[in-house]
Amino acid sequence: MNPEASTQQLSYIANQASDARVNIELETEGMTLNLGPQHPATHGTLRIIVRLDGEQVVSAEPVMGYMHRGYEKLTEVRTYPQVTTLVNRIDWLGSFANEVPFILAAERLMEVEAPPRAQWIRTALFELSRIANVVLFLGDMAVQLGATTPVFYAFRDREFVLNQIESVTGGRFHPNFDRIGGIKDDLPKGWIQETKDVLARIHSFCEEMQDLVVGNEIFQTRTRGIGIIPADIGLAYGLSGANIRSSGVDWDLRRDGGVGLIHDQLDWKVWTHPDGDSFARYWVRLQEVRESCKMVGQILDGIPSGPIMAKVPRIIKVPPGEAYVETENPLGVMGYYIVSKGDLVPYRVKIRSASFNNVSITPWVLKGVYVPDVISILASLYFILGDIDR
Amino acid sequence: MSSPDTNAEEIVEESIEPQEEPIIDEKREAFVASIKQDLGSGFIDSHIDPEIDVWIRVTQEAWLETAKILFEKHGMNFFNFLSAIDWKPSPFGREMDAAIDHLDDEVTVETEMEWGVTGGEKRFQLLARVHNPVTNIGINIKADLDGEFPEVDTWIPVYPGANWHEREVMEMFGISFKNHPNMVNLYLPTEFEGHPLRKDFPLLSRRAKPWPGIVDVELMPGEDDDETEESGEET
Repeated sequence: MNPEASTQQLSYIANQASDARVNIELETEGMTLNLGPQHPATHGTLRIIVRLDGEQVVSAEPVMGYMHRGYEKLTEVRTYPQVTTLVNRIDWLGSFANEVPFILAAERLMEVEAPPRAQWIRTALFELSRIANVVLFLGDMAVQLGATTPVFYAFRDREFVLNQIESVTGGRFHPNFDRIGGIKDDLPKGWIQETKDVLARIHSFCEEMQDLVVGNEIFQTRTRGIGIIPADIGLAYGLSGANIRSSGVDWDLRRDGGVGLIHDQLDWKVWTHPDGDSFARYWVRLQEVRESCKMVGQILDGIPSGPIMAKVPRIIKVPPGEAYVETENPLGVMGYYIVSKGDLVPYRVKIRSASFNNVSITPWVLKGVYVPDVISILASLYFILGDIDR
Repeated sequence: MSSPDTNAEEIVEESIEPQEEPIIDEKREAFVASIKQDLGSGFIDSHIDPEIDVWIRVTQEAWLETAKILFEKHGMNFFNFLSAIDWKPSPFGREMDAAIDHLDDEVTVETEMEWGVTGGEKRFQLLARVHNPVTNIGINIKADLDGEFPEVDTWIPVYPGANWHEREVMEMFGISFKNHPNMVNLYLPTEFEGHPLRKDFPLLSRRAKPWPGIVDVELMPGEDDDETEESGEET
């Protein structure tokens, strides 16, 4: 750790410690607390061993691997089209977004490009899966801080988004819809109008969350100033997505990445927040759902006509080479490094998933916080276990 | 498209086209040149995909030094990932796949190692990627590693995020990292034997039950009987 980082960390711990002077004066005996593997704050089975001194965390050590499925090994014995079925299951709340960077990487190696209509539909589904994913977070974060209502609103309204994804792809959670060179099917009849209605619902959901959660005094007290991650430390740990944008880093691959999606043709805004605390992470995600709704709305109005598949061979052999493609997924930067030897199957696939890096900061950020804040921080970092364990 | 009676103007056009093709990516060229100068003999090879990506290959000794240079001089402060590649082909060959996939009905077991971009010399290659979120240039760094159980410097002093990635590489490839504070398994149980992402680690489920192979190549109703190419659907 660089010296600057440790001084910032020390000053932060010192502030926390001065608040808890009573505990330090009493010098309570250390205690080990097991958080998980079945804690609702973990979105799966993550276990965190926290050592406590009174109410304060002395050290936190996440234990993973309860859900490790070995996808990097399995991809080595599956053909390229079969891999999308696997990677669907990485971040299961926004599955379609997992397929996109893999397909784009394979397309870059094969030097094919999806026709415009396919790219627009791809982007629409990409953003819809972001909405489905982050909407659940917006409700879930509140339920972990003790407010039960928002999560029911979230599940209710996410269902409409999933219905739209299902009516195009045939799968609510695991679409398996993206193909090398395009997409599998065209949009069903009446989909565009239905989706517009759903977007209006999501808009009103965001307004509801703004009033219910963001404007709530208890929520603000429990999240403001909690779990502050400075930008330089966040970047060195590889934090991405809303987690790093809420630390004031204006970086979004949808705008800056320049890969085969059409975000650059849309009118939207990258939101950042200077605070870097739990509240900022919630707030930025709330704004991102609104931006995604805006984007999908524009896509629905401007979707071009034309073919949805480029010409690709029926049996796909990817030419030898290496390619890394990353996109801005709901949880952060997700990328695939594909090593191909000109075979039916990839030689090696390195899956760079967002949550793995996002959670690797927990030992740093949890040091010196109070036990109830552990939940607030974990919830606001927003990870999905499938995305950590792969 | 040239025919014997091509006139002079068309020839001029054709001769211009190939010259336009190699795009020179000045930003990345300068970037690689600067790293090369700083690393000296630690730098082996580089590869640039114009406007897309950069690869460099460094020696095992220069691994930590590379990270420092990238972090301090080039603002590569976003840590993307760290992993490894095992270039030794699987001794099980294509046996791990189904016979149906051998288009030429031949089971070939490769023994020769073939390296990818920027080449290689050894069985194991480290692969890491860092990114500069301001200029939006990312770079892939590779390093050849000596021996069957190599040891290399940890990146934690520069990128603390490398901690878990290095633990994953350790358990999956058997590559250990010097000065790592907590070099224990990340995913696998402590008593697990072997390193699953090595190519000579058999995938047991595949051996117990052969793979059905590419079964989804049957024609869908309404598709034309074209065995080699899937035509774009017309709307």
